Amino acid sequence: MPTLLDDSHITLSHGAGGRAMRTLIETLFIEAFGNDELCRTEDQARLDLARLSAQGDRLAFTTDSYVIDPLEFPGGNIGSLAVNGTLNDLAVGGARPLYLSCAFIIEEGMAVSQLRRIVEAMREAARAAGVSIITGDTKVVPRGKGDGLFINTSGLGVVPQGLELAASRCEPGDRVVVSGTLGDHGAAILQARGELALASNLTSDCRSLHGLVQHMLAQTTEIKAMRDATRGGVAAILHEFAAASGRAIRVFEDSLPVKPEVRGVCEILGLDALHFANEGKLVAVVAQERADALVRAMRQHEAGRDACIIGEILEGPAGRVQIRTLMGSERLLDLPEGELLPRIC
Amino acid sequence: MKYVDEFRDPEHARRLLAEIASRMASPALQARLPIRIMEVCGGHTHSIFRYGLEALLPEGLELIHGPGCPVCVLPRERVDDCLAIAAQPDVILTTFGDAMRVPGSRQSLQQAKAEGADVRMVYSPLDALQIARDNPDKRIVFFGLGFETTMPATAITLQQAAREGLGNFFLLCHHITIVPTLRALLDDDDVHVDAFIGPGHVSMVIGREPYAFIAEAYHKPFVISGFEPLDILQSILMLLNQLHEGKAAVENQYRRVVSAAGNAQAQQAVAEVFEPRERSAWRGLGEIEHSGVRLTSTYAAFDAERAFALPSQVVADPPDCRCGEVLKGQMRPQACPLFGSRCTPSHPMGALMVSSEGACAACFQYQRMDA
Amino acid sequence: MCLGVPGEIIAIEDAGSLTAVVEISGVRRSVNLACVLAEGVPPESLLGQWVLVHVGFAMSLIDAEEARKTLELLAELQNLAAAGDPEVRD
Repeated sequence: MPTLLDDSHITLSHGAGGRAMRTLIETLFIEAFGNDELCRTEDQARLDLARLSAQGDRLAFTTDSYVIDPLEFPGGNIGSLAVNGTLNDLAVGGARPLYLSCAFIIEEGMAVSQLRRIVEAMREAARAAGVSIITGDTKVVPRGKGDGLFINTSGLGVVPQGLELAASRCEPGDRVVVSGTLGDHGAAILQARGELALASNLTSDCRSLHGLVQHMLAQTTEIKAMRDATRGGVAAILHEFAAASGRAIRVFEDSLPVKPEVRGVCEILGLDALHFANEGKLVAVVAQERADALVRAMRQHEAGRDACIIGEILEGPAGRVQIRTLMGSERLLDLPEGELLPRIC
Repeated sequence: MKYVDEFRDPEHARRLLAEIASRMASPALQARLPIRIMEVCGGHTHSIFRYGLEALLPEGLELIHGPGCPVCVLPRERVDDCLAIAAQPDVILTTFGDAMRVPGSRQSLQQAKAEGADVRMVYSPLDALQIARDNPDKRIVFFGLGFETTMPATAITLQQAAREGLGNFFLLCHHITIVPTLRALLDDDDVHVDAFIGPGHVSMVIGREPYAFIAEAYHKPFVISGFEPLDILQSILMLLNQLHEGKAAVENQYRRVVSAAGNAQAQQAVAEVFEPRERSAWRGLGEIEHSGVRLTSTYAAFDAERAFALPSQVVADPPDCRCGEVLKGQMRPQACPLFGSRCTPSHPMGALMVSSEGACAACFQYQRMDA
Repeated sequence: MCLGVPGEIIAIEDAGSLTAVVEISGVRRSVNLACVLAEGVPPESLLGQWVLVHVGFAMSLIDAEEARKTLELLAELQNLAAAGDPEVRD
């Protein structure tokens, strides 16, 4: 089998559809992701419908594109993000994730060694979650047109009959639960970018949530809604829940779990951990009487060690998210305008 | 976090609030309601809104958010100056994060960056100096803004640049000073303030002495305050105690950080590098004499105002802007006709909506509750 | 004009350029000590000292005793009116 021995960097040839591209796909992607469906190398993956229907009554389908700087960071890389992020979007709908597609847009000049590390991380993440990457695409864009690498992954999963997780099910009195500490990924990335010259032991919280979700669903049927917190942090999810349910949400500042290092980054820059990105945390809404037991169960799972109740659903007004401060007063928890920029005041 | 968490303790806050309520209930203070206390520091504005302190204070006690946010009072023509400099192909423009969002007459630095200008956010002026060392073929301009708190950092950075003989590092100086501004507010007949919460970190540099005239000539109580909720509440109590006794003095609540004389090394650096400017423009307030600084002739080689041709064309705010009135405490943010409708953080019309410490932006972000 | 954070000086980075490493809740950053070192005082003398950090500079030595006294005052609120501020006594 031809190897990439001679190529230390990706060139435009690797995306041109000829022999170089063939070599790249076979020796890097198929070699790493290797499964029966992928190895047939047809233009499309074909899945047995009967086998899917046996696992549930609805197909869950999601897509996400991943652009991040830096491509590699403590706790992961764009590859592990691309797999776990899309799997988590399926998992929080209660779906069993089964298959992923994967499209690469590579910038000319990218080091093959770096691409290999990223692909290997994807293989690992997929293997750990029990999913197969069954179809994909490869493009190469000229130098300067691509920020290193962009990845799109789309995911397919099956939702068991009768399971309906939806924000519209949230009722006043329900509790809001988070699976762990806020803002780890965002703070780790800020640090990794180097502009602010901060150092700590922080790593991204990038991980698959499927196992935790199944563990939670086995614990109680009273979970109303669930989402994974990504860009925009837990604050963004709370706003989504409030808007979609037509309810208001109150969080308690003194109950928010935050790692000391994330807190340090926030205090230094004048930012709020609720607005920092996560990549391995979920927010769930559960009936009040089941909340304590659910949190205890989550803490038994490796992805939920720091789980806790952080808030409650209120009657209204629709869409409002507010916070009870340490001082006991109430104020709005708003969404930031755009990029989080450090304050000097 | 040490020296932070202790000063956010809710139990202490409850007791302070009870004492404040008790003092406010006294006949002496009831006779002179409303009591209006002004703070002049973006950090205090932010803390007050973030912890919802105003809602916890008794009726009749009003907090006024004065001109304490250097990003908010940045004139738009200064942003235009930055943009003109950043448009030069060999220039890397560096500044603090929150300055990047302030709109000039046409666009902000963040927007110029999106269009290809080399504009970089730094946490410290020393980071900008490092960029200059790393890019000898470029000209690096640091846009320095902030009150006396930040001046020493810029000054020491320039002293370092001079020692190293760096020829490609420049400062566009927009440092402003708080004391002339306080005096201008006190001299303004439209401003009605009973007492001041003093800026804790400005005072860390300048000490207590510069504020003496506020108590002696204007008979207003002045308490230098830290930034945690307990600091602010304790300062408010100290001000109420003074008002209750008919006293007017400069007191220091922030003793763990602020010493009476301030910071000698910082003051020395500032004196060597900067000199007062005749007048500076404050967005929303107009021009205030001697409220800004520029580089001394010793540091002329680093002065971006000399090295670059700057448009410096005054850009007026829309006529229906009421920022000046809000800054002086004559109007609350919500009372401005533009608030929340034509003027929001995503499209700010005036100074106070521009940065998250501005009174209007903070109010919009934290307080738009009907309760 | 104010965002300052307390941190502990845990290492001297470069005595010549007066830089040290400060730690704030597990996050480390380089800070310049020019404002907190009097002439002739060695940077090493600040190891373990808590400082107020603003834009990459240590701007003030945090006085542990004053911090303790402020908290004590809060704990005994009835005495607040009587205590006042000794520096202002005329």
